[in-house]
Amino acid sequence: MSTTAPITPASAAMPDPTYALTPTGNLRRRLIVSRIVQAGALFAAAIAVAALVLMMVVVAVHGIGALSLSFFTSSLPLEGSTGTAGGMGPALLGSAELVLMAIIVAVPIGVLIAIYLHEFAGARVYWVIRTAMDTMNGLPTIIAGVFVFSIFVAGHSFSGWSGALALAIVVIPLIGSSSLEAISQVPRDLYDAAEALGIAHWRTVVGVVLPSAWGGILTATILAVARAAGETAPLLFTSSLYPQTVQINPLHGIATVPMEIYTLVEEGYQGGVQKSWGAAFVLLLFILIANIVARMILRHFQKKRGL
Amino acid sequence: MSISTTPPASGLRGSVQAQRLVRRRLNRIDRRLNLVLRMLAVGACALIFVTLVALVFQIINDATQAFQREGFGLLTHSAWNPAEHQFGAWPLIYGTLVTSVVSLVLATILGVAIGLFLSILAPKRLAAGVGPLVEMLAAIPSTVIGLIGIIVIAPFVANHVEPALHGVLGFIPLFGQPPGYGNSIFTACLVLTFMVLPIIAALTRDIFTTVPQELIDGANALGATTWEMIRGVVLPTTAPGIISACMLGFGRALGEAIAVTMVIGGQTVAHLNIFLPGDTVASRIAEQFDSPVNQLHLSTLYYLAVVLVLFGIVSNVGARLIGRKMDTTRQ
Amino acid sequence: MTTTNMNPPGEPVSGAGDSPRRVRLYDRTSAKVPPLPTRELRSATPQSHTREVVFEADEMGIYYGPKLAVADISMEIERNLVTALIGPSGCGKSTILRCFNRMNDPIAGFRLRGQLRYHGHDLYGPQANRVEVRRRIGMVFQRPNPFPKSIYDNIAWAPRNLGMRHGLDERVEKALRDAALWDEVKDRLKSSALGLSGGQQQRLCIARVIAVEPEVVLLDEPASALDPIATASIEELIDELKSRYTIIIVTHNMQQAARVADKTAFISLNDEGIGTLIEYDDTDRLFTNPADQRTSDYITGQFG
Repeated sequence: MSTTAPITPASAAMPDPTYALTPTGNLRRRLIVSRIVQAGALFAAAIAVAALVLMMVVVAVHGIGALSLSFFTSSLPLEGSTGTAGGMGPALLGSAELVLMAIIVAVPIGVLIAIYLHEFAGARVYWVIRTAMDTMNGLPTIIAGVFVFSIFVAGHSFSGWSGALALAIVVIPLIGSSSLEAISQVPRDLYDAAEALGIAHWRTVVGVVLPSAWGGILTATILAVARAAGETAPLLFTSSLYPQTVQINPLHGIATVPMEIYTLVEEGYQGGVQKSWGAAFVLLLFILIANIVARMILRHFQKKRGL
Repeated sequence: MSISTTPPASGLRGSVQAQRLVRRRLNRIDRRLNLVLRMLAVGACALIFVTLVALVFQIINDATQAFQREGFGLLTHSAWNPAEHQFGAWPLIYGTLVTSVVSLVLATILGVAIGLFLSILAPKRLAAGVGPLVEMLAAIPSTVIGLIGIIVIAPFVANHVEPALHGVLGFIPLFGQPPGYGNSIFTACLVLTFMVLPIIAALTRDIFTTVPQELIDGANALGATTWEMIRGVVLPTTAPGIISACMLGFGRALGEAIAVTMVIGGQTVAHLNIFLPGDTVASRIAEQFDSPVNQLHLSTLYYLAVVLVLFGIVSNVGARLIGRKMDTTRQ
Repeated sequence: MTTTNMNPPGEPVSGAGDSPRRVRLYDRTSAKVPPLPTRELRSATPQSHTREVVFEADEMGIYYGPKLAVADISMEIERNLVTALIGPSGCGKSTILRCFNRMNDPIAGFRLRGQLRYHGHDLYGPQANRVEVRRRIGMVFQRPNPFPKSIYDNIAWAPRNLGMRHGLDERVEKALRDAALWDEVKDRLKSSALGLSGGQQQRLCIARVIAVEPEVVLLDEPASALDPIATASIEELIDELKSRYTIIIVTHNMQQAARVADKTAFISLNDEGIGTLIEYDDTDRLFTNPADQRTSDYITGQFG
């Protein structure tokens, strides 16, 4: 026999029933078990997605009704008012201000920590700093607020900058670990090329590594903004203020959106709860958009790098 | 930013010495700036290290008064009367443990299932679509979840879920007579589950994708069903990683203050019936810290904060230790 | 699917031909686990034309998405022989091999053209169950891939899944003996399989496969990751195994094919860059007197 073997018509026409490939023995039962498990996993995923969708729908349904121009521009009336008048203007402004302050502090520190861990740290120091950062990451956020209160607020008054500080404590570990990941992905050859050209180390870091890791750092920053915008616990004892008037002086307590949601809900007045739904809707929308933007940026930069 | 390194040779033709001079000057500036970078980076690390240490010490310091007065008794007594200097936090610890453990169990079952779904079971397109949705669940702020919890979930649970559960499982004291309102340990468990679930799902999804394809192929080539392959190869290989993810989720549940305080009802009682209200350590701090009745009250709350920090450290360090064991067992 | 054979299991099936017939392997009328099948040993005469056909590739081709990677594979794999697939790297030998136990199924965009028949049954047909296929047609991979379990559990894992819970010890011992590994590991069955040497691990993987009593064993370059001594032990093993199993081996090592294979198929890229079957013949004839110029080029080392 050479080259291609001729197909004997007999074997093609009559499949041997002894060798049928249908399930034998206990396979039928095992396949059913496997399918049940897979259905269970699908069900679990469906529950999670349903929970997300339901939450967003609930917030949207309750919150859209509260939105109006006055919602965004006016302040809340005097404490205890049950009416529907007033809005979250000062809180929105205050949130923006505090988040900005926190990010301005957190990003340089986080990136510098990442630089140190990647460029300078020996194995032992790396472990210590990394552990410290992970511990900070897992710290209950309310502890950040308690700490800042204890040092800066006790005996004095609430202030915007102490709130920003507490937010920064929450956010720095996030930026640090994400930046470290981004920096670690800068290919080794860039370093070698820079060294071969005799470029000073700081120039390499600032001019080669950071621009290369820029996408990851930006993504981390946006996610940190989203995180800081939604945090309540760090602000409870540091920057709590009822937003009667617009207050942007950071030496003073500053109202923020999540704090207002919390306060209004705990008070329980109908009008207040209505407004908190509106605020929740705005907050959720902002966080959603920030997440989507961060994801898009990450994908864009990954494509640029050819991943 | 342009990277100019070697001095422009054209400008210094002829004089080797002049060239060397320029190079040395650049070297001095560069050396100085190298140092500046290093010091800034060191400074940043020192900053967070100092912050962490200061945090622990400051809170312990503020708690000393209460500790001297109450000792470890705080953790075992049950009466909470700040005005009468009576502080018993056992119900809070009980509430913390119950809510965290229940939500951890539920979140683990669902989270690992979702992790398997996203990494192995689902077609790539579906996983790419569902994955970000699950992560988005983690991004919902605690106040919003608390808001939904107290206005929507609590009444629903009170009117439909609790009576149904009591009807079916009422013989277990855990599911005793529901009181008719929804602020309870049970609602807090539900809320925490949805906060911890996306953490475990995302982490386990990443872990499952690290299982070597050759092991999966080997199992499949032996005529194993998908579930058998998962049970025999994927899960045993990733067990330390799954536990690590669970500990991180556990830490999250232990420390959550805002969402819990909005739905749990704030009572200092340790009921067996989970449909009754209770409280947790973090939630108690959130409620009472900004309006302490007396100095001892405030110090006691700092004491509770120390307990909370301990919870956070233990779960985090545990997660890292177990996670590291996973890296070493993989060969 | 009901069997049309009227004889109770265990009885020989009457039929044409002067060679001994096979015994029905699996009893589908009861739910019990099938007993170890007894097989008639064939005399190893590669020239025998009454040898039963196990696989029949009928103009088989492989698509990855829109790209046709392999085409026009038509060949018959005969029972209790070692069939080798040789050829330059990258022409699709492993891909073709993986079609025989449907290991290409999870690969995105994979599609089979033509037909691949197993004892007449369409391997990719609607009646064929992928898990059942893989139990009957086992595979050993290029790099040894033992599970991170004990040696015993590696072998016993699949039989346990299949419900063979009794006599596991004997089954494990038999598989290890058949894989020529028993003497080396009998004292440390509970120790981790990852502690074995490369050659031992590969023999463990072979033992793992034969523990579930397949009919066919596919070997995907089983010795390419091993040193020459381990390679020799694997080749020895293949020679012993072929009396009980049908073996298809992919190898980039022509000398190995010449040593172990009864029949050899030469696969290479045609002018359009698609992998095709160039020549398929008894090993000695293919190596000493190839019919195709491309085959003799490859064998004499002109290319690839």
